[in-house]
Amino acid sequence: MLTIGGHTFNSRLFLGTGKFSSSAVMKEAIEASGTEMVTVALRRVDLENPEDDIMSALDRDKCVFLPNTSGARNAEEAIRLAHLARAASGSSWLKLEVTPDPRTLLPDPVETLKATEELVRAGFIVLPYMNADPILALRLQDAGAAAVMPLGSPIGTNQGILTAFQIEIIIDQARVPVVVDAGIGAPSHAALAMEMGADAVLVNTAISVAGDPVAMARAFAQAVEAGRTAFVAGMGSRSKQAQASSPLTGTLTTDLGFLA
Amino acid sequence: MTVNRLRFFFSNNHCIMQIHLNGSPKTITNSMTVAMLLQELGVPSTSVVVELNKTIIQPDSYATTSLQDNDQMELIRFVGGG
Repeated sequence: MLTIGGHTFNSRLFLGTGKFSSSAVMKEAIEASGTEMVTVALRRVDLENPEDDIMSALDRDKCVFLPNTSGARNAEEAIRLAHLARAASGSSWLKLEVTPDPRTLLPDPVETLKATEELVRAGFIVLPYMNADPILALRLQDAGAAAVMPLGSPIGTNQGILTAFQIEIIIDQARVPVVVDAGIGAPSHAALAMEMGADAVLVNTAISVAGDPVAMARAFAQAVEAGRTAFVAGMGSRSKQAQASSPLTGTLTTDLGFLA
Repeated sequence: MTVNRLRFFFSNNHCIMQIHLNGSPKTITNSMTVAMLLQELGVPSTSVVVELNKTIIQPDSYATTSLQDNDQMELIRFVGGG
């Protein structure tokens, strides 16, 4: 069982709620995924649609609500958004995102660490989105992050786990849960992260923009489950040389002597 | 006399003034509270966070917080995001 911030999760698939075609599809996909943690963003109210409210489509009894600080370009902006998120959600869960460059949306490590330190002091349960940097993961963990969220590849790219080598080190070293976030574009990517020993994955775009988001949510749930089961079962080690699967001893007849 | 004060004028016995709402100018009457503005905008007060001059206003203060000329007000809510 996965525990983050004192909360226990049965599902190791976390879902982003962006880019769904409708609230109804989002709701159904959340249910099909079995997720118990969904992320949301904060934006200015669209005064043309004053009643448009995502909260009405989400069941907070079933899911932990994880507001993000997307749009923040530095620690100061992220901290301001964090306090707004806490006021809006009534809870201290926070996915910390500090992305100064809109082209890459890569996280700023210095500002992320600075904001993590301050938000932990202010009582937030901080899950920082970070580049797959093992040293930074340790620094964030020491600063009090409840989990670390290294990226597989940049947000929304569907490129999969391009940072496998670093993520393996992060998983090996971490004392807090490791949630692989961003870039997971296919169930196989999610399964790979879980086989590597990640504690959970966060998926958004790959599900929300799929031809059938509800079916895709189900596919991701199965992949995460399969990957986790494989990790727990213990994966065989890799070798550069062939290792026969069938016994090389015990021939049946002399005619089959070449089998010896 | 400041420029802001010069922008005051009377209409229907109410002073009219301007605030900045979500980055855009918005004209309101000077007796207006946060609660009254939310009602006028048709925004359910339970679904938003109000930030006034970078300070978060608690919902139980909406009815007693009067808006002042040149206030910077942000109305924020959750949307879909990853």
